Amino acid sequence: MKLPVLTTGVLGAAVALIFFYAPTDSDQGFSQRIFYFHVPIALTSYACFGWGAWKALRYLRTRDERADLESYVAIHQGVIFGALTLITGSLWAKASWGVWWTWSENQLVLFLVLFLFYCAYFMLRYSVEPGPARANMSAVYALFGVVLIPVSFLAIRLSQRFIHPVVFTSHGPQMTGAQFFTFCVALAAMLLLFATLYTVELTGKRLDAHVRELRDLLGRRLDGAPQGAAQVPALPAADRGSS
Amino acid sequence: MRYVRDSAALARKDVLLELRAKETLPSMLLFVVAAFTIFHFALPRGTGDVAARGLLWSALVFTALLGLTRAFVAEREQSMFDALVLAPCDRSAIWLGKTIAVLAFLAAAEVVALPAFAAFFHGLDARTVAAVALADVGIASVGTLFGAMAVAGRARELLLPLLFLPAAVPIVVGGVGRYLWFLALYDAIFVVLSWAMFEYVVAEA
Repeated sequence: MKLPVLTTGVLGAAVALIFFYAPTDSDQGFSQRIFYFHVPIALTSYACFGWGAWKALRYLRTRDERADLESYVAIHQGVIFGALTLITGSLWAKASWGVWWTWSENQLVLFLVLFLFYCAYFMLRYSVEPGPARANMSAVYALFGVVLIPVSFLAIRLSQRFIHPVVFTSHGPQMTGAQFFTFCVALAAMLLLFATLYTVELTGKRLDAHVRELRDLLGRRLDGAPQGAAQVPALPAADRGSS
Repeated sequence: MRYVRDSAALARKDVLLELRAKETLPSMLLFVVAAFTIFHFALPRGTGDVAARGLLWSALVFTALLGLTRAFVAEREQSMFDALVLAPCDRSAIWLGKTIAVLAFLAAAEVVALPAFAAFFHGLDARTVAAVALADVGIASVGTLFGAMAVAGRARELLLPLLFLPAAVPIVVGGVGRYLWFLALYDAIFVVLSWAMFEYVVAEA
């Protein structure tokens, strides 16, 4: 239970730093502060997809069902953070360029593609019956996703050349010390937020699965199938007490 | 050697099925010409070469999608997947055979589609044709992998475009910009990946 407390603390610190400590950008003014949300959220989203793919690889190698669930939860969180990236990016674009969407912003376009790709992950997962086949396919798709990220990024960089006459050049992290510090705290806060949400969702899903298992066992016991009753394994003592 | 023979036999089976049934290829051809006609009316007069190339690539991707949704229909309807998985051949040979068959259908459709495009819109140059050839390899390999995933689900035909189109974005970028090196890179990465991954997709089907 230390993680949620730590997350709340760092998140609070990050918000305080963003609004009271980080210097106001001379060019974009107050709205530039959304940068400290937008970019850490985007990076966290990559971390989620990467973690999901790592768990997918683990699943394919060990056939451990827990890894499948972990991969799913990581990608679920990744899609949520991805949606937040799109929303914050869109808000930022509106504030600084006056438009809700701009195709010249590589990160935004990449997130749109990734968002579409990973939304299809859920369509795939929920259209296949639960079991090893579904876990395999989800894992393959998740691994495919992390390979697609750099390829898509390269493609979107290339596409700027023929969609826009001027190549969009990013001008590096030209940040002052105070800005960089705020950024790092914000990034840490988002990563911690991911870790917390990941743990919470994972615990919930595991609990769900456990309850379903218990209900099945109980159902079988109540049905009173004579040979079935003999096969029902005794529940571990810890389960009887806690849940 | 045996691996090549297995793949060739599987590809030959698909081509033979198509030659007998004549289901996929005619619909792909009709679709691509109909799409060009729609695009002709959708495109304002006097738009440039790049815009027309964009149309070519959208038509090609959607035509390929049409072929890919049909690719595993025979396996699904006759429950052939179980038999294929049980067959004493490497499972990635199933992928290779299917990819070759899909590639053959795509190439056959493009033999008609590219001259039709040249006649309807701007002419074609060798660079575009080379880009189409490179893109076909990527489309066929990734599409076959996702096609095998999509038929396992309940949504089936609905699912494949959702899986495939986001992954096809780099192909369209490479095609419209005619970055041959980029298309070759895409092929190299995703052919290997799809080949290696296919085994897991059909393993428990």
